[in-house]
Amino acid sequence: MSGARPAGVRRPGTRRPRVRGGRGSVVPDAEPRSYYDLPIVKAPVWTWEVPAYFFVGGAAGASSVLAVVAEATGNASLARTARLVAAGAVAASPPLLISDLGRPDRFHHMLRILKPTSPMSVGSWILALYAPAAIGAAGLDVLGWFPRLRRVAGVVAAGLGPALSTYTAVLLTNTAVPVWHQAKDTLPAVFAASSTMSSGAAAVLVRPADPTARAVAVAGGLAELVTTEVMHRSLDDDVAGPYGEGDSGQWGRVASAATAVGTALVAFAPSGSAGRAARRLGAVGMLAGAAATRWSVFRAGFASAADPAATVGPQRRRIAARTASDRG
Amino acid sequence: MAFFTDTTVCIGCKACEVACKEWNDVPSTPLELTGFSYDNTGGLGSESWRAVKFVEQRLPEIRQQGAEGAFVAAGQQGPDLRMVGTDGFAGTPDELDLTRADGDGRALAVDAAAGAGDFRWLMASDVCKHCTTAACLDVCPTGALFKTEFSTVVLQDDICNGCGYCVPACPYGVVDRRPDDGRAFKCTMCYDRMKGDMTPACAQSCPTDSIMFGTWEDMRAAAGDRLEEVVAAGLPGAQLYGEDTENGVDGCGAFFLLLDDPEVYGLPPDPIATTKDLPTMWRAAARAAAAMVVGIAGVVLVTGRRSQR
Repeated sequence: MSGARPAGVRRPGTRRPRVRGGRGSVVPDAEPRSYYDLPIVKAPVWTWEVPAYFFVGGAAGASSVLAVVAEATGNASLARTARLVAAGAVAASPPLLISDLGRPDRFHHMLRILKPTSPMSVGSWILALYAPAAIGAAGLDVLGWFPRLRRVAGVVAAGLGPALSTYTAVLLTNTAVPVWHQAKDTLPAVFAASSTMSSGAAAVLVRPADPTARAVAVAGGLAELVTTEVMHRSLDDDVAGPYGEGDSGQWGRVASAATAVGTALVAFAPSGSAGRAARRLGAVGMLAGAAATRWSVFRAGFASAADPAATVGPQRRRIAARTASDRG
Repeated sequence: MAFFTDTTVCIGCKACEVACKEWNDVPSTPLELTGFSYDNTGGLGSESWRAVKFVEQRLPEIRQQGAEGAFVAAGQQGPDLRMVGTDGFAGTPDELDLTRADGDGRALAVDAAAGAGDFRWLMASDVCKHCTTAACLDVCPTGALFKTEFSTVVLQDDICNGCGYCVPACPYGVVDRRPDDGRAFKCTMCYDRMKGDMTPACAQSCPTDSIMFGTWEDMRAAAGDRLEEVVAAGLPGAQLYGEDTENGVDGCGAFFLLLDDPEVYGLPPDPIATTKDLPTMWRAAARAAAAMVVGIAGVVLVTGRRSQR
């Protein structure tokens, strides 16, 4: 997009962060200057398919781990459920990714090269290897063919699954979008926790009486609440804005409410048919929470890129810190 | 090869924008007015590979440079010009002069810059920086972006599949995806012209030589010389931008002589190619992935054993 940009007009009610002490004594509290308040970095051109993929890909990766561990402890029914969840979730991933491309008919150019500096290239290869393994393991399980090959496929999927669940966080943090880049140490944990919660919740949805599935879902739910809070707190004041306001803030509140309520339901609902219904409801809440978390992170990037102060503030502080250390 | 854009002589004619569009067959953009300035391009994008910024500054804004000792000596606060006269900043010359002298009574640079004293235009033709360590190139998963034999960064439009990763990865907000086309586009520094020993279209068309083009070494030397001249002429706010090979992108193939801080022109003051942090980021992801495996395994083992009892 070029030409006239309406971005110069700040939405009413949005906070204008200030940079303190960066510019010396004469102007101690100067607003970061910018060019007619226009954004400095470009907002992503990605659409809803990208966070949707973060959600299903994350659920798939964690489910493959759950399947292998459940099988090792003799819980064959949970293992089968997790395998099917993984296969179903990852089957939805390529269509989502391909439809987000500007030129979907050229999707295969993604596999022309393997480029370690590009998380998207690395991720494409992880997905390209993971998907056949996860779908193969589930397929052989359903058909009852080649149990040994099925086990190998399951282990391969479980080996790649954690990478599939977390590389997407690196994909976001390796950008110039301040609210993403600044979360480079904390965002992967959010995605890992969210994925764990999704895998447990999906299993609870199918098998509400399985104590192991419930325990994984609850542990994931608690981890999700904690890691999200840690990530929000790790951000600078002039960068964290989107998580407290606008649509990203709203989705974040939806995410924590759905996760908290869902976790409580899954954890404390009694046994019996009413309890099973409550646990299933809780599981739906947790899945909604995991999706809303991804959406909140995704939307925060747009708001962050649109705010020149979020770009200039941290960079000015970096310069000030360098100058201070040069002076001794 | 490199661009050196000396913004002190830019007259905002936009010949560079037009020449770029003409030569590279860049689609036109709807004729819209931004409403905030005479700059109706707004910034770089898929349809604007050169964009002339028009910075309109009134004296209080210019005086912000006083924080760095340029226009008002440190600790010395001039009278608030907003209170002078009734028509905005149009005070009497005597009153204005109070703020136009430093501690030694030397006339301040704002006189030279603006003539009128309380107002100045800064104009600058922005362009892709052609970073030595280019984030767009690093993150491109298809190899559509590549480094040319001229050390410039070019996007091959027959390879790009429109994944859009280069767009938020660029620390300067240069690359953008064309909505009706699906592919990303940016300045090529006229790769095709350079192959034929020609000057890029923008530099060729610039009537004031604000945009200069040549070998990287020549341009760096020219930039250094010009900065000295400009500072000696009494423009202490002048600074070079992007020429430092120690910067966050290891030096740019397009650098600028600016008369104010970079952010005033819509440029990031300290950009980095975030791929430099990739090892940290992959380590954080590996830690999270390991925690996930340990967590799931731990929970399953504990509850599995308990339920078997």
